[in-house]
Parts: sequence; structure tokens; C-alpha cells
Amino acid sequence: METLVKLFKNNIRQYGMIIALVVIIIFFQLITGGLLLEPINITNLILQNSYILVLAIGMVLVIITGHIDLSVGSVAAFVGAVAGIMMVDMHLHPVVAVIASLIVGALIGAWQGFWVAYVKIPAFIVTLAGMLLFRGLTMIVLKGQSISPFPAGFQKISSGFIPDLGSGNVVAIAAGVICTVIFVINELRDRQSKKKYNFDVLPGGLFILKLVIIAAVIMAFAFMLASYAGLPNILILLLALILIYSFIMNKTVMGRHIYAIGGNEKAAGLSGVKTKKVTFWVFVNMGVMAAISGLIFAARLNAATPRAGTNFELDAIAASFIGGASATGGIGTVFGAIIGGLVMGILNNGMSLIGLGIDWQQGIKGLVLLAAVAFDIYNKKKSSVS
Amino acid sequence: MSEYILEMRNITKAFPGVKALDNVNLKIREGEIHSLCGENGAGKSTLMKVLSGVYPHGSYEGDILFKGKTCEFKNIKQSEELGIVIIHQELALIPYLSIAENIFLGNERSRKGLMNWNETIAGSRELLEKVGLNEHPNTPVGNLGVGKQQLVEIAKALSKKVKLLILDEPTAALNEDDSENLLQLMLEFKKQGISCILISHKLNEVSKVSDSITILRDGKTIETLDMKSGEVNEDRIIRGMVGRDLTNRYPERTPNIGDVILEIKDWTVYDEVRADRKVLDNVNLHIRRGEIVGIAGLMGAGRTELAMSVFGKSYGRNVSGTLYKDGKPIENNTVTQAINNGFAYVTEDRKHYGLILIDDIKRNISLTGLSKLAKKGVINDKQEILVAEDMRKKLKIKAPNILQKTGNLSGGNQQKVVLSKWIFSEPDVLILDEPTRGIDVGAKYEIYTIINQLADEGKGVLVISSELPEILGICDRIYVMNAGRITGEVSREEASQETLMRYMTKTGGPKHGNVS
Repeated sequence: METLVKLFKNNIRQYGMIIALVVIIIFFQLITGGLLLEPINITNLILQNSYILVLAIGMVLVIITGHIDLSVGSVAAFVGAVAGIMMVDMHLHPVVAVIASLIVGALIGAWQGFWVAYVKIPAFIVTLAGMLLFRGLTMIVLKGQSISPFPAGFQKISSGFIPDLGSGNVVAIAAGVICTVIFVINELRDRQSKKKYNFDVLPGGLFILKLVIIAAVIMAFAFMLASYAGLPNILILLLALILIYSFIMNKTVMGRHIYAIGGNEKAAGLSGVKTKKVTFWVFVNMGVMAAISGLIFAARLNAATPRAGTNFELDAIAASFIGGASATGGIGTVFGAIIGGLVMGILNNGMSLIGLGIDWQQGIKGLVLLAAVAFDIYNKKKSSVS
Repeated sequence: MSEYILEMRNITKAFPGVKALDNVNLKIREGEIHSLCGENGAGKSTLMKVLSGVYPHGSYEGDILFKGKTCEFKNIKQSEELGIVIIHQELALIPYLSIAENIFLGNERSRKGLMNWNETIAGSRELLEKVGLNEHPNTPVGNLGVGKQQLVEIAKALSKKVKLLILDEPTAALNEDDSENLLQLMLEFKKQGISCILISHKLNEVSKVSDSITILRDGKTIETLDMKSGEVNEDRIIRGMVGRDLTNRYPERTPNIGDVILEIKDWTVYDEVRADRKVLDNVNLHIRRGEIVGIAGLMGAGRTELAMSVFGKSYGRNVSGTLYKDGKPIENNTVTQAINNGFAYVTEDRKHYGLILIDDIKRNISLTGLSKLAKKGVINDKQEILVAEDMRKKLKIKAPNILQKTGNLSGGNQQKVVLSKWIFSEPDVLILDEPTRGIDVGAKYEIYTIINQLADEGKGVLVISSELPEILGICDRIYVMNAGRITGEVSREEASQETLMRYMTKTGGPKHGNVS
């Protein structure tokens, strides 16, 4: 028990947000009389939050480098509008239109990255300008009107499910099993190498407990999806992005350089990190992620509208901070941002289920953001004293 | 007792692990200019911080008597109320505010919170006249040169009815004319009965205006010299400043010196902010393989600027000159290029420029050489751990494991992490800027041993240090810099603290001291 308490205290930052998520889930599960974790609602949760989660992945990278991007909502709307014009008005093939849209996103990211990295204008200002600029451009290209409908193939991005082989959605369950196995093997190998180098590891019993809990959560999740409509396409995309970006941030030179710049830009520069170039590419990446988000949203709505993406940036930023990213840079994880995004998403969903108005929802989300960051800072202070 | 305006008696101030001041005594006569001399780190600034209340009463031992009365200052405000005003080396002016606003900052001419602008302007005009600055009080301070800014600081001090003015390196950033001007002003104040404490490395200025000089060394008062009575010249002051015993604090080494590995030719660099100011002027030097070359100089001599401009033009603008490595001209336009050319630069400020304090030992060590650990951009974790572990053992970094955050390590261990990082990048030329600053004696010895090993591997090592004993203890050859120029080159055999100090304080001509 003592080791458990100590362990918890040392890792409270890491576990804090997960515990918060679990508490929120349990709370809404009870208060909605079990509606929250109904299979249909779980599937809805994924579909509803996918575009914010995609933005959060890009945003946490920007925040780790010590910057911010306020323009992503407007950029998402603009790219959605451009995609709408290409597919609905110009009848381009969806694949061509999607690729072109991603390039538009990259170019917008490059535009903002140029001002931030090379001209050294604070990102807050550059992206505030971008927020206005791209919202304006969205309205101009759409002439203030919505465009619809999108081709059916394109809509499938957001509303489609992986086709099933037999009855009972075997695919979803099989995917769950594969994920569990990969996860367990990965954890075991990591533990082995950590032990070899004398690093701190969880005590054996707790380690097994952790594996069992996580495996159970994955499998339960898979069964839930299977019992409704199976694996949503968007979930596959989301998981792929999470894995790819976690890999980049943890295992590649690029990722290490991003953390180094946020941790101490001057020291990184004097250690041979090309700080301007890396910052520039982080913004290009953010542009692409905003484009993906915009496409997902347009496909889900089956329309490109001038008001799309409003306040997306705030949700993405909040997700990153709730997930433990530091406002001064250098700290944060893709996984954390996803957890933060889920906290926001479940709050939204749960409050809607119990019939709270949008006014109360906004206020409560604001308080949650403040509380999460205050908790984080409190912990940091406490750990620096000891 | 009224002969003295200020008496500081048996002042002792300790920081964790270091006694910065040890029973220091300082007596200032009414209306005299009293200079405080000593090497960097001798305790001059600490003493002045005790006097002005930056270190409040209770955090030090000893007594301060001002005009015969015991004072217990809790903050700067209290010392300023009695007329003790300190002007720091880095000016504390706000560039966007006007001269008048700066002069009365924190001491505004106002009634019930509303500014009285007429009085502010009139008051500052009067003060500006006293210091001989012919500028309109509404001019933003940022538009003035450093010399004039210094005068604004002094005007600000006068506005506080100053009785004892403390100037910390007031002429360090000034040109000859402005310096001369300032010294004249001090003599003028003296006639008006204002006492002055002058802290300066420029011994010619010190001996010119001072009535008496107190010398500090290693936190102790060595002596107080009366300039009027005896034959006190610069050499006499230098002897007092450096005359310490050299015990064997440096590891033995037999140098094995080879061919010239790096040659810097006609290196000239201009200031980053003020484009017309030369920070480095025609610097020429060379380093051989297996040689440890020192650069001695006072603060502001241009040593760090030299190191950083050579290391990928990390400092300055309009960098001109040529670098030759192994006889071939090379370009070091970016840090990456410098690293690829085999350069390493260990900064003097490891916390701000050397380490990522929120990251662990492993990540800090691997940062510079990451590409060596990666295949197609993917880092080999195991190899990274092996490298970091290897460095931890070799350099004896004291930490439970390599996942410790570097921000939690002691200064000596932090420095070892920085050295590890650069050793891993396998450089040929290492530039070490104040490699032992803020490190305790035991760890210093270990760092010296590492430096010796690097030289013995055939690398060229350039050591910048403000500690003369250190330079003398580890270097095979020493360059001395002052005001952006090399003012002397001394071989190990010929070097002594006195000769170095003489070159360090040598102002004027670009004469190349060709001793070796």
C-alpha cells in the first residue's frame, strides 16, 4: 500500500488526467442512467470528437515548441470550403480533391510558419491574423452560402464503418485482440530493457494489474463497437495518426528536436538543432492537420459552411493543456492531448445527455480547463520543492 | 568618528557551500572617492549588495554604520532613503520611457496619484544640467548612447539626494571620451561633498581619481591603500589583487603538442545591437593539436563573443575574417556547420545556453550527436542508453540513473553533462567558456582532468576563464584580451598573474604583445 501511495504521488501528473477522465466517465454514466456507455453513444463520441482530436495532435506539437495556433478553426473551415468547391462545384474526384486540400493546408501552415519561425513574429499574433484572414477567405469563396451535398464516397470518411466479414462484427473484436496483444508485448519488452539498465519500474504485481486493466478496457471498447455498427473508418484514421505522431515524438530525431526547442530554444540552437526549420515544419504539419480536420467535419456535416470550425481552436488548445502540455513549451504528449480531448468530448456529450444548455456547458468547460492547469502547476511547484 | 561616512565592520556573507565575504572591513571617508578592486568573484558586488540592502539585514553578519549610526537595511528603498545609491553595471533604465520619467521612476513628482508633469520636467532639467547632459527631458532613453544613459542614471541618483554614490564598472561599456567625462563628473561631485565608491577593472582610471583603494581577494579585505600618501602605482594594486598562494589544485600533465589545428585570422565582429561598435577587432590566434590554450581577460573583453562568433556565428553581425582548420580554410556559418567541422562550444551559462533543464541526462547528452544514434531519423533507444551510461561512468556524473532531470543536478554534475554532450559529438576543437564557473573545488579537479584527457587525445582546447589561477594552472599558452583585441600572448613558463593582469588592463593601442 505504501509503495502504491508513493508511486501515485510520483506519477500524479501522468495518472492525474487519466483518473480525471475515469471520474468524469463514471459520473456521467451514473447521472445519465447508463446512457453514456451505450454502444451507440460510444460510437457517436468517436464520430463527434474526431476532428477535435486530430487538431489536438497537431496543436500539442505546436504547444511543445512553445507556440500556439489560434487559426486552426478558420483553416479547417477554409479547407472544407475549398474541398466543397472542388468536389461539388467542379466535380473533381474525391481522392484528387482530398490530396489538393491537404496541400492547401500545408501551404497555409507554411505561410504561418514562415512568419513565426523566420520573421520571429509571435505565433499568437500571426495565427490571430490567420484566424481572421482564413475565416474571411472562407466566406469569400463560399459567397456566404453552404455547399452540399458531397459525393457519397467522401462522406464515408466520417460516417462509414469498416465492412464486416461475417455476422456479429468479428472485425472489431479481432482488432481489439490484436491491439491488446501488441500492447502487452510492447509493455513487456519495455519493462525488460528498463530493468536491464536499472531504471525504476512498476513492482511486478502492479505491472500485471496495469496490463489487465488496460487490456480489459481495450476489449470492452472493442465489444461495444462490435455490438453497434463495428469499427468506424474515422477511428482507424485517428488511431493511425496517434500511433504515427507518438512514434515521431518519442523515437525520431525530429521529435527530439521539437521537445528540445520548447525546453530551451537557445541551448537547442547551440547544440546544432535547426530551430527555425523545425518550428517552420511544425506549423506546416499543423496546417495539414487542420486540413484533415476540416475535411472530416465537412464530410460529417455533408456540407461546407462559412461557420464551420468555429471555436475548434479553443477546444484543441484546451485538450492539449488538460492533457498536461506546458504553456511555456517543452512538455506535453500526443497521448495526453488525446486524453484531454476525450475529457472535453465526454463533458460535452454527458452534459448534452442530461439536457444542460450550451450556456452551462461552456461555463463548465472553462472551469475544467482552469482547474486542470491549476492542478498541474500546483503539482509542479510541489515536486520542485521536494 | 565622523571622519567616516560609512563603516562596514566584519561583514561575513555565506551562500550555500561558499563564503562570499569573510570578515570584510570597509571605511569610506566623507567626500572621498574610494575604489574597490579585486578579481572577478572577489566579493565586490556581494559587498555592495549587502550595503544597499539587496541582501537584507539578517542574511549576513557584521555591522554597517552610516554617518556613525548603525543601519539595518531590509531593502534597497531603505538604503536609498539615507542617500546610498548604487548604479549597476547593467543600467536599470526603461528604454521606452523618457529621460524625465526614468529619473523620477518610483519617486514620481505627483499629488494624490496624479503626475505633476511640469515639476517632473523642470526637476529633471535641473538635474541634467548638474550632470552636464544636454538633452530634452522628453527624449526616450532608448535613443541615447550608453554614455548618456549612464548620465541619466546618475541624474536619477542625484534626485534621491545622494550622499554616497556607488558606481559598479561605470566605464565598462563607454568609449574613452565618455569615460573621461564621467571621471570628471565624479571629481566634481567630490567637491560638492558627495562620497563615491568606484568599482572598476580599469586600473588607470582607478589610480587617476581615487583617494584610497580597498582591495578584496577571495572574499577577504587584503588592504586599504592611501593614494595620497605613498607611491601607489598600478603594479602595486595588481600585486594586492592576485597575491595568493597557488596550491596544487591542478592535475599534472605532460603536453604532447602537434601541428596547428585551428587558426583564426583577422577576426572582426560588430555588436549585435549597436552595429557601429566593434566587439572584436582583428583577432588572430591559433591552437595546436594536444594544446590547451587559454584566453584571459576581464568581463567585456570580448572573449565569449569571440567563442560564439567562431562557433557558427552565434553572436554578432558583420563577422569577417578567416578560419583555418588543419591548414585549410573553412566556413562556420551555422552551428550545424561548426559541429560538422568538428567544433564544440561549452557555454559559460550552462543553465540558459547549455542544458535543457526539464529534460533528463540521457536526452541532453544525445542531443548534439542524435544523428549518430539514428537510422533514417529513427533513434536507436538502446544505443542511446548505452552512450549515456558510458558517459555517466567515464565522467563520473553523480546521479542515480540517466533519467534524472538535469535541472536537479549540482553545478559540477550539470557541467559534466554538458561536456558529455560535446565529447559524444567527437569534436576536434573544443572551446570551453568558463568551464568551472560556480563549481566546487573537488568537481573542478575532475573537470580539469577531463580537459587534460581531451587534449591528450590530440584535440585542440581553448579555455576561456576569468580565474587567473585556473588559466595558469591548466593552459600551455595564454592569450590575453582587452576591449576586443588580443593584447598579449604568453607562454606557460613566462606567465604570471601580474603579467596577465597587466595585459588585461592595458588600454589603447592594438599593439601585439609578441612574447613567445
